[in-house]
Amino acid sequence: MNNALETIKVRKEYGDVEVEVVAVDDVSIQIQPGEFVGLVGPSGSGKTSMLAMLAGLLSPTSGGIRIDGQAVEGMSDKELTRFRRQKIGFTFQANNLIPYLTALENVEMMLRLNGTLDKKGKARAKTLLDRLGLSDRLSNLPSQLSGGQQQRVAIARALIHDPSLVLADEPTASLDTERAYQVVETFANLIHEQKRAGIMVTHDLRMTKYVDRVIKMVDGQVVEELNDSKSIAALAAGTDREQTKTNGKAEAKTTKMDFSAQQLNYAAAGGD
Amino acid sequence: MAFYLAFKEVWRNKGRFLTFSMVIALITVLVLFIAALATGLANANKQYIDNLDADLLVYQENVDIQLTSSRIGESRLNDIRRLNGVADLGLIGFASGTIVFTDGREELDISLIGVQPGKPGEPAILAGQGLRSVRADEIVLPQEDAQRAGIKVGDQVTIKTIQGTEEEFFDLLVVGLSTPQQYFFQPGGVLPLETWDEIRPQAPGSGTDQVIGNIIAVKLEDPALLELMSSRIEQYVNDVEAADKPTAILALPGYSAQQSTLSTQQFFTFFIGVLVVGGFFQIQTLQKVGQIGMLKAIGTPNRIVASASLLQIIFVTAFGVFIGGAGTLLLALSMPAGIPIVFSGAAVIASIAALLLIGPMGGLVAIRLALRVEPLNAIGL
Ligand SMILES: Nc1ncnc2c1ncn2[C@@H]1O[C@H](COP(=O)(O)OP(=O)(O)O)[C@@H](O)[C@H]1O
Ligand SMILES: [Mg+2]
Repeated sequence: MNNALETIKVRKEYGDVEVEVVAVDDVSIQIQPGEFVGLVGPSGSGKTSMLAMLAGLLSPTSGGIRIDGQAVEGMSDKELTRFRRQKIGFTFQANNLIPYLTALENVEMMLRLNGTLDKKGKARAKTLLDRLGLSDRLSNLPSQLSGGQQQRVAIARALIHDPSLVLADEPTASLDTERAYQVVETFANLIHEQKRAGIMVTHDLRMTKYVDRVIKMVDGQVVEELNDSKSIAALAAGTDREQTKTNGKAEAKTTKMDFSAQQLNYAAAGGD
Repeated sequence: MAFYLAFKEVWRNKGRFLTFSMVIALITVLVLFIAALATGLANANKQYIDNLDADLLVYQENVDIQLTSSRIGESRLNDIRRLNGVADLGLIGFASGTIVFTDGREELDISLIGVQPGKPGEPAILAGQGLRSVRADEIVLPQEDAQRAGIKVGDQVTIKTIQGTEEEFFDLLVVGLSTPQQYFFQPGGVLPLETWDEIRPQAPGSGTDQVIGNIIAVKLEDPALLELMSSRIEQYVNDVEAADKPTAILALPGYSAQQSTLSTQQFFTFFIGVLVVGGFFQIQTLQKVGQIGMLKAIGTPNRIVASASLLQIIFVTAFGVFIGGAGTLLLALSMPAGIPIVFSGAAVIASIAALLLIGPMGGLVAIRLALRVEPLNAIGL
């Protein structure tokens, strides 16, 4: 089977010669179409850096990234911009939607950018929002939507243009647990149905409940991969003591703390 | 795409952008009124000189072409007339007086301009006829001012002047009405030179047998030979200095000072406009950094981000200038007559063009800012 995504010893170093940080340390992973992967790890483990490189937002220090077999590293800024709007679907933690466009217009935006917005596209955008339970919110501005609804609009935007790779950066950071579960579940279903490769970065291990695979990073390296639904379920339920024997307690604590810190941060930013 | 984004943003934030357009509109009103005032005041001062059917003005020497200080008489007139290349010329004198009425109408201050009938110095006649002889007790008044004061062709008007310490009154027949002829901020009443010499304010006993005016207006056979004729006059005629019209106008009492004050005001108003637009859009862009980062992250080219900003700035500025222009028009229409506010087409077009430029000029910083937002911003790296 063709990989939707493949990284070959991808590496990111920050800073100058004196204070050098290796944020991503020669990571090689492969993801198939229709596979939903959770990228987890403590704060500072390199998740965001990894995501940024996969998105073509950050150039790797070394190594290769193939999306649909296409090499991302070495593209020019212009090529990267086009690549992102054609091949990548995004949801972000904050500033997800354009505040002066309605829910429907935000979703259509991806088609507009690609110059493919036609009647069919408009209908698909509506269907997708409908599928996400937003059929009566099509012409609402983001400010008139709840956090969960905004996240669902972002999911629709991330999928509407048939991207090869869907990247979600902490999609549940601003949601309460119940909403968070709903959002991730719908996200997972759509990724499976539409056969996209999806990566969700999250601090919150409970959100791995709906993923097919968990990749755990620590200090820029992949330290663990869970493939079987049993161990993933255990991780999500927090009953995975034996899996994180080495620093299990500390890890669980960090995760919780990070989660609340994330919420605090978001609240402090005023939801702008 | 850029247009779509620019338009949607303005449309969905109508209140904010409208308020800002109103600020631009006010600046527009201010700039247009200053321009109109500059034109109006300039006209009020120079109009008669500007309209003169002459190429050169000849002054007494060593008075720094100050019209009020210059004294020049008929002997110089004859000297200049003899020079080759002079087509026609006329002696002109300036003084001031007041038209008084017996029926309670308000007095009308005018400039008394003595001219030689049929020579350069006579204004264009719109109604009635020109002055008939150099001694006639006649006057030609600007039509608008005459109408406002209720004076018609054929009316007898009484002019009051101060002779020494006494008020003297002279009756003149209004034979014609002319195009607007303001001189030194007063309507210019044009009368025959010898009549003018008799009624102008003067110290008693200062009379000579030759009429002394202030300047001689000279019409050239070939206006292209301005420089040559100017030096020829200065060379062959004693104690005179010649100046072309633009030079003469700049030397009018108060003219340069007034115009430079007004253009400084205009410049500062523009400058304030640029700063206001710049500040507004810069703050707006700073507030949108996260959003712009997200737009770029999902694949919006820089070109579209920049042109959306620019379009928005142009749109808001143009709308403000339009509202301001319309407002100015309404205000101008409701202005009482007699206020020196003149909207000349050229000045208005120049001001509006400059006003339209303040948007893009002020917005440059904001656009640069928007261009430099990194798409990485979207994921908080
Ligand atoms: N722009 C940067 N400059 C220098 N160091 C950075 C930069 N961004 C991230 N880092 C460092 O790289 C490491 C990984 O960060 P990050 O990718 O944000 O991890 P995570 O998303 O898992 O918290 C951290 O040690 C962080 O301090
Ligand atoms: Mg992070």
